[in-house]
Amino acid sequence: MKKYILPSLKLTLVFIIICSVLYPLLIAATAKLSPGGGKGETVSVNGKVVGYKNIGQKFTDDKYFQGRPSAVDYNAAGSAGSNKAPSNPDYLKQVEERIDSFLVHNPTVKRNEIPADLVTASGSGLDPDITPQAAYVQVARIAKARNIPEEKIRALVDTSVKRPVLGMEKVNVLAINIQLDQLK
Amino acid sequence: MNTELTGIILTFVLTVLLAFPLGKYMAKMFAGERTITDFMNPVERFIYRIAGIDANKPMNWKQFLMAMLSINCLWIFYAFFLFLNQSHLPLNPDGNPDMSPDLSFNTAISFVVNCNLQHYSGESGVTYFTQLFVITFLQFVSAATGIACAVALFNGLKHKTTENLGNFWSIFTRAITRVLLPISIVIAIVLAFNGTPASFDGKDTITTLQGDTVNVSRGPAAGMIAIKHLGTNGGGWFGTNSAHPFENPGYFTGMLELAAQMLIPIALLFALGFYIKRKKFAWMIFGIMTIGILILAVPTINWEMSGSPALHKMGILQSNGAMEGKEVRFGAAFSGFWSIMTTVISTGSVNAMHDSTMPMSGAMQMLAMLINAFYGGCGVGLLNYYIYIIIAVFIGGLMVGRTPEFFGHKVEAREVKIAALVTLLSAFIIKGGTALAAYYFTSHGHADWAVKPEAWLNNPGSHGFSEMFYEFTSANANNGSGFEGLGDNNIFWNLTTGLAMIFGRFLPIIGPVAIAGLLAKKKYVPETAGTLKTDSLTFGVLTFAIIIIITALSYFPPLVLGPIAEWLG
Repeated sequence: MKKYILPSLKLTLVFIIICSVLYPLLIAATAKLSPGGGKGETVSVNGKVVGYKNIGQKFTDDKYFQGRPSAVDYNAAGSAGSNKAPSNPDYLKQVEERIDSFLVHNPTVKRNEIPADLVTASGSGLDPDITPQAAYVQVARIAKARNIPEEKIRALVDTSVKRPVLGMEKVNVLAINIQLDQLK
Repeated sequence: MNTELTGIILTFVLTVLLAFPLGKYMAKMFAGERTITDFMNPVERFIYRIAGIDANKPMNWKQFLMAMLSINCLWIFYAFFLFLNQSHLPLNPDGNPDMSPDLSFNTAISFVVNCNLQHYSGESGVTYFTQLFVITFLQFVSAATGIACAVALFNGLKHKTTENLGNFWSIFTRAITRVLLPISIVIAIVLAFNGTPASFDGKDTITTLQGDTVNVSRGPAAGMIAIKHLGTNGGGWFGTNSAHPFENPGYFTGMLELAAQMLIPIALLFALGFYIKRKKFAWMIFGIMTIGILILAVPTINWEMSGSPALHKMGILQSNGAMEGKEVRFGAAFSGFWSIMTTVISTGSVNAMHDSTMPMSGAMQMLAMLINAFYGGCGVGLLNYYIYIIIAVFIGGLMVGRTPEFFGHKVEAREVKIAALVTLLSAFIIKGGTALAAYYFTSHGHADWAVKPEAWLNNPGSHGFSEMFYEFTSANANNGSGFEGLGDNNIFWNLTTGLAMIFGRFLPIIGPVAIAGLLAKKKYVPETAGTLKTDSLTFGVLTFAIIIIITALSYFPPLVLGPIAEWLG
């Protein structure tokens, strides 16, 4: 037995130093060169940090583009999805309520124009993005709330949609709202 | 057609193209031939000297398993003790508390066995110290354990007659120094440059554009996320794993993380072919496994892209598919594909919440874990497939009326008994565990546990049953993903799944390594015209059929009670 225990013990110590000390330190040191320095990339307005580029935040005001429903109310201290099953009757009622509420706030929008991502919770509860449809469908409401012509806001969405070579078309909600505040 | 499917196909093709040279390299490296990583020789000699290891000493299958089990045993105690006392240790900027004894027990086992089932949330349940000194450490060494045991199998298959399966310490060490560590460093740096945090700063507090005050959890996550995928571990730094925008910031990192988890399991298949000089055999296994994966993945992608029927009835726009529990940057198709790859490969990292996927997608994820041998986990996937091969050889032998042989060794009662035991035990653990959970849920709903049984389930009806069945399936398959609605941090789930994970890990390792050792010891019987050709298409199809039959016979009833009943409505 001793034949196996002693090498086990010593080998464990060696690999703790390699994998738990040297390896993370190397990565942390290298990450200092990255945008954000390995602390997460922040976004500032007039020199004041208003959020993290990748972390979604809550927008409830009619004059902002709103993100997706969140199971953690966009508090990134934690993260969670709703974990509701597609067959769960309570969940379906909740989605129905979100649709109704959206229609109340956006009276010019028809039901079949509401994209699913606006009424379903994201996986992390911190999704920073919405689909382009979800941005366009909010244009009329925001135009009215801000008293800015619809075309101007639509043009802002046009320029905010990211169309990567691979992957999904998306709009970063925080980024577009910062630009929205700067629109005259 | 958009770029969704292109991304999936590209990820797969690129991974296979990378896995091929990696497999060739691993075969050479583990055979002790000259490779480009020979500059590590002095480092390894230094490690062997400190640890007092004679790296050239041959080991028979019993010695090999003794070494493997001793060091794994030690890790369980080490991890248990640290989780239990983590609040008193350094590197705890967020002031997170100790784990309860039952949660420590579960979590310690979970990471030692490469399962990474998490009954805690990364942001609040562990400290930076335990994330690095326990979890990251175990993610390296548990993957290396799996690779070492696969190489033991290679050694058993390579030689006509041998007792020597290789030296566990040496294979284990080289798996880290020459495979896992260098590739992890590359992946971690790419992740860090794409937005994943890597510094030791604690939670940040910010005021949002709208004026709310929120916290943002961070930490030295990039390194852990790299090895969690490369080592097919799957346990996330953050609670929502690779759905979290820090853990997986974009589509590109999504492709990278997906490729990282597929890389070593596929490379090991090619390594097998090079190592034992039977490339056709390896290609045949690769082909069968890939077909198996396509059968699971294609319908899943289709179900997720089609969207939820219930939401269609509400009359809203679902052109982007089923979005509940998914992130916009990944989309439905990629998330559906990921959910199958992470379950066949026993990684268990998720980029979307499996609990909210369509009922039959859930069934496919469960099937992927129940089979657990299409590519499979780091090293252990091949060992699981080997068990199916032994059973196929046995049944094939009976069909043609000859003593079954595999690579020139007679497969006799003892080996077949071990193989059958390993297969049947999984069915016993999964179904027995689920039955026990269902019993407590229905008959002892008020039991005074941290989460009362009546409050376990996040969804009613068949889907609630699926949540319990999935948990045991995932624990036994050492997968670690979950239908996370389940209230699992209480003594019942912590103890039962803890035990399921131990048995689900070590028996399917001990069994195949023992069979490989027993077979390799036997006298070599040269192949004749009547020998069952194990690298033929016929034999591949036979193995595939055996897998389907065993899985269907064992698990059809619970699948009907859970996802199929939910699907039929």
